[in-house]
Amino acid sequence: MSAAEKMQRQQNRTAWLFLLPLIIALVGVAIWPLARSIFFSFTDAFLDAPANYGFVGIDNFIAVAEDPVFWRAVKNTLFFTVISVGAETLLGLAIALLLHRAFVGRGIVRAAILVPWAMPMVVSTRIWEWMLNDQFGLVNKLLVTLGLVEKGIAWTAEPSLILHTVIFIDVWVTTPFMVLLILAGLQLIPEEIYEAAEVSGVPHWKRFWSITLPLATPAIGVAMLFRTLDALRMFDLSYVLAANNENTMTMSIYARDQLISFQDLGLGSAASTWVFMIIGLIAIVIVGVLRLDRTTG
Amino acid sequence: MASVTLKNVSKSFGAYDVIRSIDLEIEDGEFMVFVGPSGCGKSTLLRVIAGLVPVSEGDVFIGGEQVTEVPASKRGLAFVFQSYALYPHMNVSRNISFALETARLGRDEIRRRVTKVAEMLKISHLLDRRPRQLSGGQRQRVAIGRALVGEPEVFLFDEPLSNLDADLRMEMRFEIAKLHADVKTTMIYVTHDQTEAMTLADRIVILNQGRIEQVGRPRELYDRPANRFVAGFLGSPRMNFAPLDRAASSGSVLRGVGGFCHSAELAGADAPVEIGLRPEALKLVSAETKGAIRGTFERMEDLGYEYVCYVRLSETLVWTVRSTGSPLAFAEGEVVGLSWQPVSLYLFGDDGRRIDHGGALHLALGASL
Repeated sequence: MSAAEKMQRQQNRTAWLFLLPLIIALVGVAIWPLARSIFFSFTDAFLDAPANYGFVGIDNFIAVAEDPVFWRAVKNTLFFTVISVGAETLLGLAIALLLHRAFVGRGIVRAAILVPWAMPMVVSTRIWEWMLNDQFGLVNKLLVTLGLVEKGIAWTAEPSLILHTVIFIDVWVTTPFMVLLILAGLQLIPEEIYEAAEVSGVPHWKRFWSITLPLATPAIGVAMLFRTLDALRMFDLSYVLAANNENTMTMSIYARDQLISFQDLGLGSAASTWVFMIIGLIAIVIVGVLRLDRTTG
Repeated sequence: MASVTLKNVSKSFGAYDVIRSIDLEIEDGEFMVFVGPSGCGKSTLLRVIAGLVPVSEGDVFIGGEQVTEVPASKRGLAFVFQSYALYPHMNVSRNISFALETARLGRDEIRRRVTKVAEMLKISHLLDRRPRQLSGGQRQRVAIGRALVGEPEVFLFDEPLSNLDADLRMEMRFEIAKLHADVKTTMIYVTHDQTEAMTLADRIVILNQGRIEQVGRPRELYDRPANRFVAGFLGSPRMNFAPLDRAASSGSVLRGVGGFCHSAELAGADAPVEIGLRPEALKLVSAETKGAIRGTFERMEDLGYEYVCYVRLSETLVWTVRSTGSPLAFAEGEVVGLSWQPVSLYLFGDDGRRIDHGGALHLALGASL
C-alpha cells in the first residue's frame, strides 16, 4: 500500500468516526422508531401486549383509509395548513417590510414581536382559550361592550367556529417566526440595488414587485416549507383546545387516538404511516417547486 | 445634458459633518472628478447630487433648476455604483431595460435602445446572461449600459473601477473617456485613484474633510497646487516635504537636515515653514556638488521603466527620487547629494498655503550651523 493510499484510508476512517455519533442518534431516534412503526402497521398488535402479534397484511391501511374520521382529520389538517400558512406568510411579509425600514425603537419592536413565538404552545392556547371564553372571556366582553354582539360568541365550542379559532391562535403564535425569516431574507438584498432603481426613476410599487418580491422569494419559500411541514403534523394546539373534537382533529390526533385511546398499535401505526407518507409527498412537491425556482431564478 | 451647481451645500450625520458648505459649478458636458482620501465626503457629495442623500443645508441645481427637494427618481440622472448594483435575478437585457418599462416607451423603442447601447458597449452577446455569469469587466459594462439607456442629463460614477484588476481598470478607463467624448454628457466621477482623476478629468475637485481644497484642470493642480494638501495628494510617489525652522533674520534651516539657508526675501511674517519637491524634480548627484543637500542612499526600486530611490536626510526624513534612464551606481549607505532646478521648488506657509516665489528662488547651501 502506498503512503498516499494509507493516508486516504486513515482520513476515511476519521471521517466515519466523526459521523458515528450522528448515525447512532439518527438510528436511535428516527430510523428505528420509524421502522418499528411501519413494522407494526402490518400487524394486529395491541399496545398492552405488543409482543403478541400476527401479520395482517395491508388490512390496517385499508381500515384507516375507509374510516371517514381519518379523512375528516386529513381535511381539517389541510384546511388548517393552507389557511394558517397563507395568513402567516402575508402577515409575516407585511410586518417584515415594516420592520425592514429603520425607525426609532426598531430593536425593541423586533424583540417584542418574538414574545408569542417564545411562549410554549400549550400556554398560548390556554391564554387564548380563556380570553375567548364565551362567558368570562375578554374578547367577548369587549365585543358586547362595544355593542357588536348581543351575547358572547362560543369561539371555542361552536363547531363552525372552532377550527377558525385554532387557525387564529396559530397565526398569532407563529407569525413572528415568518417575520424573522423573511426579514433575514430582505436584509440580504443590497441597498444599492434599490438606489440604482430609484435613481433611474423606477416607481415604488415596481421596486417592490420586480425587485423585493423576486429576491425575497427564496427566503419566503423556505419559511413556508418549514411552516407547512410544521402545520401538517400539528397536534398540541388542537389537542389542548378541543382534545379529539372531530371539528379540529388533525391527522396526528387521529393517529394518537388509535394508538393510545384505543390501544390499537397496528391501526395506530398504519395511521401514523399514512401521515408520514402524506407529509412526505407534500414536502417532496414543495422542495421540487422551490428548486425549480432556483434554476430559473 | 445639464450643468450642476452646488450652493453652500452641507451634510451632517448627527454631530458628524461630512460635507461643509461646498460651492461648486459643474459645466454642461464637463467631466468632473471628485477625488480625495477615504472619508473626505466625496461619495456623500455625489449622493447629494443624485438625491439619494438629502442635504442638511444649501441648494442643488441641475440644468439651472432648483432640485434640492426633488426626489432622486425625478432628477433625470444615472448612477453607476462601485458594486455595479445589477439586479441579480434579471438578465442583462432586462437589467438595461428595466427602468424604461415604466417610462411609457413602446416595446420596439425599448428594444432599439437596448440594442444600440449593447452594441456601443460590446455586450450584445451577453444579453441573455445573468449578472453572476459575467466577469467584473462585463458587469461594469452592463452597469454603464443601464445608465446610458435612460439618456440621462448627468452621469454619476461612484468609484466604478475600484473592483477591477489593474489591466481591466486601464481598459475601462479608456472606454469611459471615449464614452464621454461620444455622448458629451456631463459626468461626475468619484474616485480615490489619482491616476483616474488625472487622466479622465476636464477638471478635478480635491476634497478633504468635507471641504474643497482646490478645483482646477489636472495639470493646473499638479503644477500649481493651492496648498500643501493638494501638493501632497497628487503625484506618486508623493511630494517630498521638509520643515523649515526660522533662524536669525537672514533665513531658515531645514529642520534636522541643517546647514540650509534661504535668502532674506522670504524671512518676513509670512515666511514659508515648509518646502516641497516632487520626486521627479530631484537629481541624485555626488555628495560634493555645490548647492546640493546631502543624505544617505538607502534603497533603490527598479520598476523597469523608471526607478525610485530613497534618500535619508535625517532621522525622520526620507525623500524619494524618481528618474528614468540607466540605474545609478550608488551603494546602499553611501552619502549622496540631491539637487534641483529653482523652478521646481514649492514653498508652504504656516497655514498650509503655497507661497509663490516666481520660480526664481535660489536656495543656497550654507555652512552648517
